[in-house]
Amino acid sequence: MNSFAILKVALRALGRNKLRSALTMLGIIIGVGAVIAMVSIGQGAQAMIEQQINSMGSNVLYVMPGNITTGGASLGQGAANTLTDEDVEAMRREIPTIAAASPVVRSQTQMVFGNQNWFVRIEGTNEFFPELRNWTVDQGTFFTEGDVLSAARVVVLGRTVAERLFPGLDPIGQTIRVRNLAFRVVGVLAEKGQSMVGQDQDDTAVMPYTTVQKKLLGQVIPSVNQAMVSAVSQEATVVVQRQINELLRQRHKIGPGETDDFSVRNMSDVAAASQQMTTIMTLLLGSIAAISLIVGGIGIMNIMLVSVTERTREIGIRMAVGARPSYIRLQFLAESLVLSLTGGLIGVVIGGSLAAAISGVLGFPTLVSALSITVSFAFATCIGIFFGYYPAHKAAALDPIEALRYE
Amino acid sequence: MIETVPQQHGEQPVKPADGDTIIRVERVYKTYRMGDIEVHALRGASLMVNRGEFVAIMGPSGSGKSTMMNIIGCLDRPTKGQYFLEGEDVSVFGKAELADIRNKRVGFVFQSFNLVPRTSALENVELPLLYAGVSSKERVRRAREALATVGLSDREKNMPNQLSGGQQQRVAIARSLVNNPSIILADEPTGALDTRTSVEVMEIFQRLNRERNLTIIIVTHEHDISQYAGRVVQFRDGRIRRDEPVEDRKDAAEVLANMPSSEDDDE
Ligand SMILES: Nc1ncnc2c1ncn2[C@@H]1O[C@H](COP(=O)(O)OP(=O)(O)O)[C@@H](O)[C@H]1O
Ligand SMILES: [Mg+2]
Repeated sequence: MNSFAILKVALRALGRNKLRSALTMLGIIIGVGAVIAMVSIGQGAQAMIEQQINSMGSNVLYVMPGNITTGGASLGQGAANTLTDEDVEAMRREIPTIAAASPVVRSQTQMVFGNQNWFVRIEGTNEFFPELRNWTVDQGTFFTEGDVLSAARVVVLGRTVAERLFPGLDPIGQTIRVRNLAFRVVGVLAEKGQSMVGQDQDDTAVMPYTTVQKKLLGQVIPSVNQAMVSAVSQEATVVVQRQINELLRQRHKIGPGETDDFSVRNMSDVAAASQQMTTIMTLLLGSIAAISLIVGGIGIMNIMLVSVTERTREIGIRMAVGARPSYIRLQFLAESLVLSLTGGLIGVVIGGSLAAAISGVLGFPTLVSALSITVSFAFATCIGIFFGYYPAHKAAALDPIEALRYE
Repeated sequence: MIETVPQQHGEQPVKPADGDTIIRVERVYKTYRMGDIEVHALRGASLMVNRGEFVAIMGPSGSGKSTMMNIIGCLDRPTKGQYFLEGEDVSVFGKAELADIRNKRVGFVFQSFNLVPRTSALENVELPLLYAGVSSKERVRRAREALATVGLSDREKNMPNQLSGGQQQRVAIARSLVNNPSIILADEPTGALDTRTSVEVMEIFQRLNRERNLTIIIVTHEHDISQYAGRVVQFRDGRIRRDEPVEDRKDAAEVLANMPSSEDDDE
């Protein structure tokens, strides 16, 4: 008995019940398709995040007030008011390996132009924003150091905000109203698209941080939400991080053994944290899909058991003319393998198309990797063997006389 | 040439064979357990058959004929006793070894034909060769040859349900002889056939017995059919009660020639 002959007999048997074979395969098709689609979404998200982090520049560091225990993924604002713009200024002045630094002060507010109005996230920074965020101005100019020093009422709009407030108009030089104050639009940022969490990054506006502190938040004691710092090179980030630590501990008069009232993280920390997040997401999606693959496997087992019972007499005949039990076992295993492998193959194609459709419709990137194809295909094979083994064993264990007598 | 073996009684030992003994069953018991009840299908039956013999087994229903055939055909194993096939004690063989014997050394023909449904005549005949590991080309060649032997060359593509009972039984005979076994066992091969078709089947058996020196054992209820064999063995209550040669053996070819041919039959 060669494997080709076994395959031929298996194909013949499956061909006799085409609809049933197709329905059985459907379970595996859906399972493998779901695994491929889900994992490719997860891996696509991961690739996008990596790319975004790289575009931000790997030599950027963030300083946050308050202590955030290391390893936590949160990038949220610190609770305490322990970071000031003087701290940021001191870092820039005293640490030579820092290329640029800016305080970040966040707020949100209504912006009005004519009869258009829009609720906007505001980011207050200094003139280094384009360099730090690797984000250029598309129209007009960015605000200047002078604007920051004088807390000028100028604003640079994100693309979305510009389109909302000035449909069909050139926003540069126009005056918008923010909390009844007049702000001059000096520039519009280049379009950036969605963020890693699906947020529209262009739905934002940038102002001098001093303006946000004084005009929008009305702070008496100015405070900043965080500081953005860039090192002169990626290699320098470690040194910069240590020097920021020393400088701030000294400025905040933190004695040896006392905990920091700030924290510094570099982009590789951020990358690691988001990597971890997307890996968890990928695993979660993948395992939900894998469950449907197992359900498909149970479908195969069910049909194979029915098939063994239905073909008891045929098994008896085959045994009577000299088929060894091991051959009967192989034949039924071959049938469940053909079902699961064909299902797996179709599932890969469908899952791949599904992933492509998702990225097409939702604008969400997907990545069908060779790994996910190999793994789900291997998984389908294992399912075929695992769930096909018991029915095949049952067939092989039949007694020829009893099988022949079976009605 | 008909060899006769003296009449055997259940518990008596078998006399040593004076020819080329191919089958030697010695005081074989087969007990089936159905719940609490024990059914004794065979109670110490002994039988010896020489190579080239044509034996008919007769006896009332339930006397153990099929059980005996299944043991001789290695489809079943005795509860007690020994069975020597061509000098080998096969009562101790495992499942795979028994399968190999059924594949190469014994051909089995059943009352209900037992062809694989929705599979052509040719492929049904090929089956034993498939399990013997014969190449596809050689399988087809030998299966065609076997079908020709039973006169069914023109029906090789037919499915079993496109064949008459007689034709199906001939396909089954072709299948039983395709792997060149030394023994063909047929359990009531004519039980489901009409008279003419029965004689046609007996003609094939007589021809195979005469031309190829195949050892043939058939079970039959009909006295007429038993007269085509060279020796008749009578079963009762799981033992052999009588064992005697056929006095005036019939020739199936001759009988067929004198029969009016029927319209509704095979060809
Ligand atoms: N698988 C079985 N289980 C239980 N009893 C059986 C089985 N096979 C045969 N028998 C019993 O054994 C006896 C002999 O059966 P069998 O050899 O088929 O008789 P025959 O072929 O002479 O009619 C019968 O009483 C029958 O009911
Ligand atoms: Mg019987």
